[in-house]
Amino acid sequence: MDKIKFERVTKKFLVRDEYKKGAQREFTAIKDIEFSVKEGEFITLVGPSGCGKSTLLDLLTGLTQPTKGRILIDGREITGPGLDRGIVFQQYALFPWKTARGNIEFGLEAKGIPKSERKEKAEYYLDLVGLKNFADRYPHELSGGMKQRVAIARSLAFNPDVLLMDEPFAALDAQTRETLQTELLRIWKKTGKTIIFITHGIDEAVYLGERVVVLSANPGTVKKIVDIPLKDRLEDADIKSNPAFINARREVWNLLHEPEFQGAHI
Amino acid sequence: MVTINKPATKLNEPSKPQKSSSPSLTAFVKAFKNSIVLIVFILLWELAPQLGFVEKTFLPPFSEVVQAWWELLVTGELWRHFEASILRSLFGFLLALALAIPLGLIIGWYPLARDLLTPILELFRNTAALALLPVFILILGIGEVSKISIVLFACTWPVLLNTISAVKNVDPLLIKSARSMNISSFKLFYKVILPASVPTIFTGIRMAGTGAILVLIAAEMIGAKAGLGYFITYSQYNFLIPEMYAGIITISLLGLLINYGLSSAERYFSRWKQ
Ligand SMILES: Nc1ncnc2c1ncn2[C@@H]1O[C@H](COP(=O)(O)OP(=O)(O)OP(=O)(O)O)[C@@H](O)[C@H]1O
Ligand SMILES: [Mg+2]
Repeated sequence: MDKIKFERVTKKFLVRDEYKKGAQREFTAIKDIEFSVKEGEFITLVGPSGCGKSTLLDLLTGLTQPTKGRILIDGREITGPGLDRGIVFQQYALFPWKTARGNIEFGLEAKGIPKSERKEKAEYYLDLVGLKNFADRYPHELSGGMKQRVAIARSLAFNPDVLLMDEPFAALDAQTRETLQTELLRIWKKTGKTIIFITHGIDEAVYLGERVVVLSANPGTVKKIVDIPLKDRLEDADIKSNPAFINARREVWNLLHEPEFQGAHI
Repeated sequence: MVTINKPATKLNEPSKPQKSSSPSLTAFVKAFKNSIVLIVFILLWELAPQLGFVEKTFLPPFSEVVQAWWELLVTGELWRHFEASILRSLFGFLLALALAIPLGLIIGWYPLARDLLTPILELFRNTAALALLPVFILILGIGEVSKISIVLFACTWPVLLNTISAVKNVDPLLIKSARSMNISSFKLFYKVILPASVPTIFTGIRMAGTGAILVLIAAEMIGAKAGLGYFITYSQYNFLIPEMYAGIITISLLGLLINYGLSSAERYFSRWKQ
């Protein structure tokens, strides 16, 4: 059963016309996107900057509506935001006036979970991301990686079926990124959530995704969906020298470096 | 473990306790640094008239002023004026907050209202409240109403404009993040917009606090039967010079008190900021 299904999704924006002063014209950010995500699948999205990855994610959150086509979750069309989806934004988006715990409880409160349970749940998810001892810190007292972990814990805590992540590890150093990648895989294995993960990194896309959706730009369309036949990502310490990984990596790299992409930069 | 560790740390940093010296000494040094200029100022004030550098009748020595201040305090005279001033300014100030904060939140939230109203609000803000004092007296008379009104007027603009810009400048990502959790508009306002705006609103509140005293004292100097502003002009007309300075000192103290109170409140409400 498909958890999420994109049906010929097109999104156009109104932008200022460069040639006619004061006039507006349509700009097609993504065009006829069509693919599905299976229940419990970990799917990654890669594509050149500006190809519409964040636009796609915004549509999934239900905060914006497609110009054409529709997106289904569990067979129902998305019409607005909902707590069946948890979002991790690229820039953390933590509430600076709330502590790590307070931020996690915010989502729980939104879900209508009684106060007595909130604390316990927040504690559990803080522990899950390894921040048990930082519960009462404000965001400005946390490092970038810690903030990102709080953001992940926050979106996990209200127990959404689907986790949407927009380049969540982009701003982190290599070491922290690797740690969080394995942590995310662990959490995914443990909770069986459906995850849609946007990234710039080819390695990251291949390492995390069971399938990698490669997008092309101007307008954003699905170029190819690459299957990644890796089984034991967490057990194999040296997975990045595994031939399957290397082949998949090369394929995605080639797709991203084909002439049409280079044309897009002119 | 513990017994081994302790002497080791003591051996490792013998210079540190010496350098930072005893806590009571550092506290003393700090207090000295903070107050030395103040002490010199008071000494100058005391000595300059005593030694005849300035005319004693126009600037009595500090000790005489303190004595006058004490007498005014004991007789209850000072308190009467202090009370009148603080009640008026507090009343006008709180009224301004009650009016300007909700209004600012609403105007800030609706871009159309914001764009339409900001120019005229800026105009009002930049119209010196004191310039309008004759108008207030003309319309509202010289009673309490006109004085509270002018404080209200002076306090409203900074709070209102700061609240509007605070709401306008809330990080859109935070709004997006909260919206994605499907919370109601009311909750969004109450749980996100409001707390995110607090530090900027408080900057406006502090400006209003300073403005409140300034405007009130001036208003009291022009037409009143009580209040510190009135007391100062009254003393001046009756050549009670030490009393006049006592009144001025009291205003300084009042200003400090208000500033301190608002600063602590600001620190409390913005404690999540770095
Ligand atoms: N609100 C908007 N109004 C007008 N154009 C927009 C809007 N949002 C996005 N776009 C345009 O749509 C295109 C896709 O933007 P999007 O943010 O989805 O790219 P992206 O793939 O996430 O890029 P990046 O990898 O740099 O984050 C861009 O050309 C952008 O200029
Ligand atoms: Mg993006």
